[in-house]
Amino acid sequence: MFDALTDRLSSVFDRLSGRGVLSEKDIDEALKEVRTALLDADVALPVVRDFIARAREQASGEAVIRSVRPADQVVKITYDGLVEMLGGEGAEGLNLSLNPPTVILMAGLQGSGKTTTAAKLALRLSRERKKVLLASLDTRRPAAMEQLATLAVQAGVDSLPIVAGQSAPDIARRALSSARLQGFDVVILDTAGRTTLDEAMMAEAAEIAAIGQPHETLLVADSLTGQDAVRTARAFHERLPLTGLVLTRADGDGRGGAALSMRAVTGLPIKFLGVSEKIDGLDVFDAARVAGRILGQ
Amino acid sequence: FTKQPLDQARIDALEEMLIEADLGPRSAARITEAFAATRFGKAVDEAEVLEALSEAIADELAGHEGRFDPLSGPRPYVVLFIGVNGSGKTTTLGKIAADLKGRGARVLVVAGDTFRAAAVEQLKVWAERAGADFMSRPTGSDAAGLAFDALEKARAEAYDVVLIDTAGRLQNKQGLMDELLKVIRVIKKVDPDAPHETLLVLDATVGRNALAQENIFGNQIGVSGIVMTKLDGTARGGVLVPVAQASDSPIKLIGVGEGIDDLQPFDARAFARSVVGLGEN
Ligand SMILES: Nc1nc2c(ncn2[C@@H]2O[C@H](COP(=O)(O)OP(=O)(O)OP(=O)(O)O)[C@@H](O)[C@H]2O)c(=O)[nH]1
Ligand SMILES: Nc1nc2c(ncn2[C@@H]2O[C@H](COP(=O)(O)OP(=O)(O)OP(=O)(O)O)[C@@H](O)[C@H]2O)c(=O)[nH]1
Ligand SMILES: [K+]
Ligand SMILES: [Mg+2]
Ligand SMILES: [Mg+2]
Repeated sequence: MFDALTDRLSSVFDRLSGRGVLSEKDIDEALKEVRTALLDADVALPVVRDFIARAREQASGEAVIRSVRPADQVVKITYDGLVEMLGGEGAEGLNLSLNPPTVILMAGLQGSGKTTTAAKLALRLSRERKKVLLASLDTRRPAAMEQLATLAVQAGVDSLPIVAGQSAPDIARRALSSARLQGFDVVILDTAGRTTLDEAMMAEAAEIAAIGQPHETLLVADSLTGQDAVRTARAFHERLPLTGLVLTRADGDGRGGAALSMRAVTGLPIKFLGVSEKIDGLDVFDAARVAGRILGQ
Repeated sequence: FTKQPLDQARIDALEEMLIEADLGPRSAARITEAFAATRFGKAVDEAEVLEALSEAIADELAGHEGRFDPLSGPRPYVVLFIGVNGSGKTTTLGKIAADLKGRGARVLVVAGDTFRAAAVEQLKVWAERAGADFMSRPTGSDAAGLAFDALEKARAEAYDVVLIDTAGRLQNKQGLMDELLKVIRVIKKVDPDAPHETLLVLDATVGRNALAQENIFGNQIGVSGIVMTKLDGTARGGVLVPVAQASDSPIKLIGVGEGIDDLQPFDARAFARSVVGLGEN
C-alpha cells in the first residue's frame, strides 16, 4: 500500500539513520514529504497545514520515534488521519423527509456534473420505489432543460414540463406544487452552474433555497478540482443550507484531494461519488477508497 | 507600503500563494527560490514583490503563447475541440464560431458529441447565436461518420472553417480515446493535413490532473493549442505553469465567462499578473 509515499519516507529516514530515536527535526523532514504528497494530490494548502499539525502530534509519539520502520508508521498515521478527516467508515445516505415530497437541491460551479448527478440520484431513488420528479431551473445554459428531460427518460422518472420564459424561482415554485399535487415522494431541483463571484447568481441560488426549503442541498463538485476547492466550498456553504457533497469524475485518474479539502472546510459529509457519464454511475462514498487514492494507491 | 527586507517568512508566504494558485509544490518552490536568490535581503515593498514575481511567471509562459488564427490557414480549416467532460468545449466552439462569423467567414459547426444528452441541441443553440451553419446526427450516431460527411460538405461548398465538437472524455479511458483517434483517422481520409488545429480545452478549476490531461491528450491525439476556460471564477489556473514546462503545446485562448464574447487571446503577462492577484495595468 502507498508504495510511492512509503519509499519517499523510507529514503528520508534512511538519510537520518544512525540514531536510535528520531528527533523532532527528523519527524519534520518526514512530514515535509507528506505535505508534498498531499499537495500533489490537490489537497488544498490550508487543509494540508491543519492535517500536518495533527499528524506531527501523533508522529512525535513513542511508537514512531522508537520504531524500526518509522516510514510505515508515518504512512499509517497519514492514512488513518485521512480516513478520519474524510468522515470515517460508514457512509451517509440521503435524508428523506417523513412528509413527502422530499426536496433535493443541486448546486455547484459550471460543468461540475449537477444535471447528470440529479438524474443519477433519481434513478437510485426510483429503484428504491420512490416516485421522483426532476425539475431543471437552469434558464441559462443552452439546452440544459432538454438535457435533464432526456436523462429523466433514461432514468424512467418524470420531469417537470418545460415552460419557456419562466424564471428559476418561478420554476422552483411550480415544481414544488406539481410534486405536492401529483404525489411525488422526491423532487430534485437542478440549477444552473455559477461561479461564486457572480453575486446575482449566488443571490438567485439563495432565493431558490428559500423557496424550496430543501431537505438536502448538495454541492456537486469535480473531484479533479485543485486548490480552488476550498474557496468554492466555503462560498457555497456561506450562501446555501448545504447538507452534503457529491464528487464527480471519480472515474478519472486524479488523486481527488478536493474531497478532503471540501469536507474539511465545510464539515459536510461526502455522500456520493460520480464514477461515469452514465446514469447508473453513482457510488456511495467510501472514505477508505478516497484516502487510498489521495496517497497514490 | 513600507519597505522591508525580503526575509524567509515573506518568501514562504509567496510560495504558498503560488501553491494556492495551483502551480503545484515544485513549480511554486522553483519560482520562489529563483526569485529569492536575486532579491533576498533587499528592501522591497509588497507591490514591487508581486510585480517582480508576476514577471518571473510571465517569463516562463511567454514562450508558450500561441495565436489561434484559422482564417490565415488552408481552406476549409478544420478545428477539433477535445478535453475532459464539462471543461467548456462546446461553449468555446460557440464563441469561436461567433467571432469567425463576425469576421465574415463561412463557418460549419459540427455536432461531433453524439453521446451526451442534449449535446446536439446545446451546440445548435450556439450555432444559431453565431449565425453559423450546423450539421448533426441523432444522438448515438457514429461521430467519425459525421465528421467525414461534414468535411466532404465543407469542401464541396467552400466553407472557410469547420468546427467539430467532440464528447467529453477522461484521458484514462482508453476506449474513448480510441474513438477520438478514429475520428481523426477518418478526417484525414478527406484531408491528410486536417485537423489543422486540435484545441485541448482545460478547466481553470482543475488542479494537478491538468498535467495528465495535457500529457495523454497531447501524446495520443495531438494538441496544437490549449484553451483554458472559467478564469472568471475564483480559480487562478496556475497549473498552466507546470503544464507549459512539461509540454510544447502553445496556450492560445482563455474563457472568461459564459457569454458569446467571453473569449480572449492568451496573454502571458496579463495571466501571470492575475495568478499573483494583481489586476490589469
Ligand atoms: N466521467 C464522468 N463524467 C461525468 C460525471 N458526472 C458528470 N459527467 C459529465 O460531465 C459533463 C458535465 O456534466 P453536467 O451534468 O452537464 O454538469 P452540470 O454541472 O450540470 O453543468 P452546467 O449545468 O453546465 O453547470 C457531462 O459530459 C457529463 O456527462 C462522472 O461522474 N464521471
Ligand atoms: N464561468 C464560465 N463558465 C464557462 C466557461 N466556458 C464554459 N462555461 C460553462 O461551463 C459549462 C460546461 O461547458 P460546456 O461547453 O458544455 O463544456 P463541454 O466541455 O462541452 O462539456 P461536455 O460536452 O459535457 O463534456 C457550461 O455551463 C458553460 O456555460 C467560462 O469561460 N466561464
Ligand atoms: K471542473
Ligand atoms: Mg446542468
Ligand atoms: Mg460539450
